[in-house]
Amino acid sequence: MALDAITLSHFRNHRETRLDGARQFNLLVGENGAGKTNVLEAISLFAPGRGLRRAALAEIAGAAGPGGFSVGASLAGQPDEEALRLGTYTKAAQPGRRLVQVNGTPASAVGLGEWLAISWLTPAMDRLFADSAGARRRFMDRMALALDPAHARHAARYENALRERNRLLSDDRPPEAAWLDGIEAQMAQHGALLAQGRARTVAAVGQEIAVLPEQPFARPVLVYAAGGPAGQDAFAAALKSGRGRDRAARRSLVGPHRDELEVTMAGKNVPAASCSTGEQKAMLIAITLAHAQLAARGRPGLLLLDEVAAHLDPFRRASLFERLRSGRAQVWLTGTELGPFAEIRAEAAVWQVSGGQVERV
Amino acid sequence: MASQEIETLASALARLPGLGPRSARRVVLWLVKRRETALLQLLAALEQVRDRLVECRICGNVDTQNPCGICADPRRDQTSVCVVEDVADLWALDRAKLYTGRYHVLGGKLSAMDGVRPEDLNIGSLLERVASGGIDEVVLAMNATLEGQTTAHYLAERLEEYPLRITQLAHGLPVGGELDYLDEGTLAQALRARRPVG
Repeated sequence: MALDAITLSHFRNHRETRLDGARQFNLLVGENGAGKTNVLEAISLFAPGRGLRRAALAEIAGAAGPGGFSVGASLAGQPDEEALRLGTYTKAAQPGRRLVQVNGTPASAVGLGEWLAISWLTPAMDRLFADSAGARRRFMDRMALALDPAHARHAARYENALRERNRLLSDDRPPEAAWLDGIEAQMAQHGALLAQGRARTVAAVGQEIAVLPEQPFARPVLVYAAGGPAGQDAFAAALKSGRGRDRAARRSLVGPHRDELEVTMAGKNVPAASCSTGEQKAMLIAITLAHAQLAARGRPGLLLLDEVAAHLDPFRRASLFERLRSGRAQVWLTGTELGPFAEIRAEAAVWQVSGGQVERV
Repeated sequence: MASQEIETLASALARLPGLGPRSARRVVLWLVKRRETALLQLLAALEQVRDRLVECRICGNVDTQNPCGICADPRRDQTSVCVVEDVADLWALDRAKLYTGRYHVLGGKLSAMDGVRPEDLNIGSLLERVASGGIDEVVLAMNATLEGQTTAHYLAERLEEYPLRITQLAHGLPVGGELDYLDEGTLAQALRARRPVG
C-alpha cells in the first residue's frame, strides 16, 4: 500500500487542498511561504507525536477557518484492494486535542504507527550535530518511537520520575530515603527500557548505514553513549549510591537524560560537528534514509525531505535520487524550482504550490 | 442575558468535575423549571451533606457517622486493610463488594512537584493502626501512575518493620482484554506477574 491522495482543510494557509495520484516521487514546488512545508507537516501528522515542526496543535488551524483543522489520507494497494482512509483533526472546542480516525472509526494516535512509517528531514535539523545533546536525545527518541511506539511512554515516565527526584534533591530539607527509593525504582524501570530502546535503535540504524559506500555521501558512524549504567538493577544502585553527590549538585548526574548520540565521519574520524556544512547535511541524509528503510519494514514508508535537493551538488543529487529510487519509501520533496529535480521530473507527481493552493503540473 | 443570581449559580456549577459552562447552564435551566420539586430536593440533600458529613477518624472515608459504616461493620474482616489514594477509589472498590476488609484513605499521593509530602497524607494514622496490632495484611491499591507507584513503594518500605503480609493489586491483562491489543509495557507487567494455574 502507498499514500494515494491527501486532503488538507483549514491547515495553516491551506483552506481546502487536495493532492491526488501520488507516485513514488512527489514534488512540491513554489516560492518561499507558498505552503509546501505545510503539506509535509500535514502528512507528518500521520505519525504519532507533534509532527515535523513540533508545533502546538492550536497553532495549526487556519486563522480564517472554523477553529479546527483536518487532514485526510487515502492509501491504495492492489486494484481489487479496498483503500485505507486515515484522518486526523482537531475541533474548535478542543483545539489542543488531536483526534484520529481509521476508515471512519476513532483510533488512537499511537496506533497510526501501525499503518505508516514516516521519517523526515527539514532545514531545522541541519544544526543537529552542533546543537545541544538534548536535541540529539530527542532525535534518537523520535527514531526509536517510529520503530517501537511504547518508547514514548518510557520516555515520558522517566522524565516525570526524574523531575520528582530532582525536586526532592533540591529541597532544603533532607529527602526521606523511602521516598527516594520509590522514585528511583520508577526511574530505574523506565530508564533502563528507555536506554535499551535508544541503544537498539542507534545500533540498527548504524548497521543499515555501515553497508553504504563512503562516497559520494559522507558516511556517519553512530555511537550511543549511555549516560548511566546499563540495566535496571545497576542503574538503581547507581542512583542510590549517588544521592549525596546529586544532592550537592541539586540534580541527578547519571541516567539516560545524560545520554549522547556521538556521530563521527567515517574515514576522516572527525566529529560530525566539526565537519563542513555539506558533509553534515550528507550524514543527516544518510541517517534519515537508513532509518526510513528500517521503519518501512512491514508497512508503507513515507519520507519527507524539505528543501534537501537544492543544497546538494548535481553529482550528489543524482546519487540521492538513485538511492531513493531503490528504497522502500514513498518520497515527498519540496523545492523553490523544478530545475534540481530534472532527473526525476518525468516519473514524479508534481504540484505547483502558491498561496495555500496546489495545482498538478 | 440571565440575571446575576442565575449567572452565579451557573458559574458555581460549571466548576464541578465533569461539567463546564455549557452543561452548567443546561442544569440551571432544568432546575429553574423544577424549582418546587427537584430544586427543593437538591437543596435538602445538599444541606444534609453539609450538616452531617464527617471524615471517619479511623480510615478517612466520608460518611454521616464516625467511625464510618465500613469501620463500624462487625462483619468486615478486621485483620485486612486496603490502602487507597482517595475516597473515590474506596467507593470504586467497595461498589464491587469483593473486598471484605477495611480501608485506609491516604487523601492523595506523594508528589514532589506538587509539594505533597508524606506528612501531608494520612500515613501516620495508617502506621498507628498497624502498630496497634490485629492487622495481618495491608493491600496497597494505588493507581498505576508514576506517583501512585512511588507512594506504594514508599508505604511498603515504611511497613516493612511490622509482621505483615504486604500485597499490591496486580497489573496486567484486563478482563476481556486481547493480547494483540495490549501495549508492550502492560504485556511485560502481565508476564512478570504470571502465576501457577489451579
